[in-house]
Amino acid sequence: MIKFLLMVNKQGQTRLSKYYEQVELGKRAALEADVVRGCLARRKEECSFVEYKDYKLVYRQYAALFVVVGITENENELSIYELVHNFVEVLDKYFSRVIMFNLDKVHIILDEMILNGHIVETNKNRILAPLLALDKMAES
Amino acid sequence: MTPSVRLQEMIRVIRSARTQGEERGIIQRECADIRAQFRQGDNGERSHSLAKLLYVHMLGYPAHFGQMECVRLIASPRYSEKRIGYLGAMMLLDEKQDASLLITNSIKNDLSHSSQYVQSLALCTLACMGSAEMCRDLAPEIERLLRASNSYIKKKATLCAVHIIKKVPELAELFTPSARTLLSEKNHGVLHGAVVLITELCKRNPDTLDQFRKAVPELVQIMKGLVTSSYSPEHNVAGISDPFLQVRILRLLRILGHNNDTASDAMNDLLAQVATNTDSSKTAGSAVLYETVLTIMDINSESGLRVLAVNILGRFLLNNDRNIRYISMTSLQKIVQTDHNAVQRHRGTIVDCLKDQDTSVKRRALELSLALVSAVNIRSMMKELLIFLSFCPPELRSQTASGIFNAAERYSPSKRWHIDTILHVLTTAGGDVRDETVPNLIQLITTASELHCYTVHKLYRALVKDIAQQSLVQVACWCIGEYGDLLLKGECEEIEPMQVTEDDVLDALETVLQSHMSSPATRGFALTATMKLSTRITDNVDRIRSIVSIYGSCIDLELQQRAVEYNALFKKYDHMRAAVLERMPVMDKNLPGHTNGDTPGEIKEPDTSKPKPVEAGLLSEPASQVCDLLDLLGGTDTPLQPSPAPTSTPTTTSSADLLDLLGGLEPTPVPTVSVYEKNGLSLKIQCDKQTETEVTVSLIASNSTQNDITNFTLQAAVPKSVQLQMKAPSGNVIPAHGLGQVTQTVLLNNPNKASLPCFRFVQLSFLLNLSALFMHKLDYTFIPLKMRIRVSYSNQGAMHQDTVLIDSFPSTACQPSISPL
Repeated sequence: MIKFLLMVNKQGQTRLSKYYEQVELGKRAALEADVVRGCLARRKEECSFVEYKDYKLVYRQYAALFVVVGITENENELSIYELVHNFVEVLDKYFSRVIMFNLDKVHIILDEMILNGHIVETNKNRILAPLLALDKMAES
Repeated sequence: MTPSVRLQEMIRVIRSARTQGEERGIIQRECADIRAQFRQGDNGERSHSLAKLLYVHMLGYPAHFGQMECVRLIASPRYSEKRIGYLGAMMLLDEKQDASLLITNSIKNDLSHSSQYVQSLALCTLACMGSAEMCRDLAPEIERLLRASNSYIKKKATLCAVHIIKKVPELAELFTPSARTLLSEKNHGVLHGAVVLITELCKRNPDTLDQFRKAVPELVQIMKGLVTSSYSPEHNVAGISDPFLQVRILRLLRILGHNNDTASDAMNDLLAQVATNTDSSKTAGSAVLYETVLTIMDINSESGLRVLAVNILGRFLLNNDRNIRYISMTSLQKIVQTDHNAVQRHRGTIVDCLKDQDTSVKRRALELSLALVSAVNIRSMMKELLIFLSFCPPELRSQTASGIFNAAERYSPSKRWHIDTILHVLTTAGGDVRDETVPNLIQLITTASELHCYTVHKLYRALVKDIAQQSLVQVACWCIGEYGDLLLKGECEEIEPMQVTEDDVLDALETVLQSHMSSPATRGFALTATMKLSTRITDNVDRIRSIVSIYGSCIDLELQQRAVEYNALFKKYDHMRAAVLERMPVMDKNLPGHTNGDTPGEIKEPDTSKPKPVEAGLLSEPASQVCDLLDLLGGTDTPLQPSPAPTSTPTTTSSADLLDLLGGLEPTPVPTVSVYEKNGLSLKIQCDKQTETEVTVSLIASNSTQNDITNFTLQAAVPKSVQLQMKAPSGNVIPAHGLGQVTQTVLLNNPNKASLPCFRFVQLSFLLNLSALFMHKLDYTFIPLKMRIRVSYSNQGAMHQDTVLIDSFPSTACQPSISPL
């Protein structure tokens, strides 16, 4: 299952964090810093899977943004790699401008895709449907 | 009061803060605003405030004052407020907070709300942070939703059910029937959820597992549909239809087919089909293939299928994408034990991966290569590994070196090859090898008696070239010392002849002695080697004497002691020198640390010069930190008595002492030694040896005065190299009249007591009538175990404090065993 999902920028600042497993507040900052350090330090030739403590990290870079997912041992890393890409594509489709100013909407999208550490839906249209409905409700 | 800004603007402001302090200031202002907002009560701005608060929370600042607000917002009828309220609940609340109970009712109501979006919110929150009671309450609701609602809700309800089962395993039976029917859904989201649910059910309960085995045909059907279906735009990812679902189903099949023949048979065709039909040019396809391979390996598949799986992995190894290479090596490693032959076929590719740029790939390749080494391919593999050692990144060096040593030990085709390999490793990476390499190598050399000439020539050449690698230098010095005569003879069949004069050899050794790069241990080796040469060479004995006497005033105590002893050997005991410095016999490797493990019977006598540790009665040396066995044995000053010929069995009492020192690990009742007695408080210690370096010391305190001793505490201090761990005491009140005791356990770890190389000890031969014995110093310093204890207690209202030094521990358990008291 997925333990957490982080979006960090190149300087290491967290832009989005979602935890599917209880991690105390104090430890979160340390965890994020540690994880980010590990991923940012990787060169371009190195592969996207890192072994970290007793679980694995899958990271992907999109321009200035890193998406890092922590997964347990038994999860298929390539599948999560694809999931990250799917997620970014969905974000791309919905947000015309910069993502980070609409964090609550990103959370909604993320909740539609991943629930409690497991994948719920991967079809872009179906993910965005409730959001679009919500927007319509807000407009009217 | 500044007007509250919206979330976007707040984020912008926070991001523009240039320092941490500025950011904190901004956030504090915002939090104050938010708090004021919450106090104001219901107006349209509450959701915005909570959104801002959540952002602040994500940055790591405390946000607990928002919890009640979440509860209020959840109860609001407006969707936007509910949304934020639930999001806040998921982020800020967990089971431990009291506020979470308050939302149970809201969730319950929302689960039967008319709008599916509201229902989904409730499901999402419940799945995220539902406590056990909440789950128990709401499980029937969830089950109802599982059966009769639209697919949007169903898929969320299934994952909610997964969470419930995790929290309250007894409710699993509630969901089992519905899970089965869900498999016939068309909607992929629901299917996905259903598969996850079934996986979870099967993991919890083996009976359910049996039940679901009957569903294998159905799953197979679904998979077939996915694999062979034509392009469907809904779920297509890079040409594969819904790879996520495929991966999930494969994983479930793996669990169902594990250890079960009928299920595995049903899957065989499908797996073959997936393996051959899936297009692996993109990552999505590779993901599916990877999962297929894992499944094949885990179930009772037929051998053809397994070979297919290994071939897929081999194909992955050649892939350009390094992620895929990494994955394939991880999986190959898991199966190399079981399907060794199949993996051997890809050995070439794996060895090539040693040259990859990525460190993780290199590490995997290294582990795999070491696992694939066998008697057949040892030579070629070793060549590759040695090349790798020269170029590998520093963090992998020691692993490579030890791997090479292990492999060489198990599969070396000849002794000479073995020695060559070890020498090569020492020359390339001498700094990264473990300490026991040196004694192991020396032991190996002594066993290969026919190669002594060759070895010593090679080592001499290596020594002359470069003296930076300490382990190599140590071995070289030892060999030159032992086999110096062979070196000087000049010829040797296996290596081109080189004329070596005595001066050359002594020059080399002196360079080692004087160089800054040599560690004290290496210097000791060199000095001893020089000494040994005194019997093996003829002309330059004077030069040796002068070298030895120079070091008699060296600052390094170890060297000084050796030099002085050797001097004595030259002066007073010259007649014994030849016998003492004779060549050492072949050592037996497996006795771990002759110094503490041997029992008397095991000491062998291969020839007349019997190897036994000998004690020297000399030295006006200043008392040193380093523990001499000398001290331990009482430092006898008895004069030497010359003896005609060595006998084979030791009979005198000091030998018995020595043997006690060496052996005597027969279990004796652990004695209690009293270390402190004052004012009626007495402290005893009891030693229990756990391992070679760890000791458990129990401190027992008892009180023989009229009054109870209260506030009794113990503090302990040990030398820097020793690690101390104190356990909790049994109490801090000691009853009077010796009626009770307080016990405290302390764990000590003394790493420097690690097993000492045997040969150092048996350096000089043994002469009978052991009243006159030479003993040689150990190369590795031996820190004695000391502990200072401070006791503090109050007795009759007065505080007492005292310290006591324990420097000897009860004998049989700890080394050094014989105390100088």
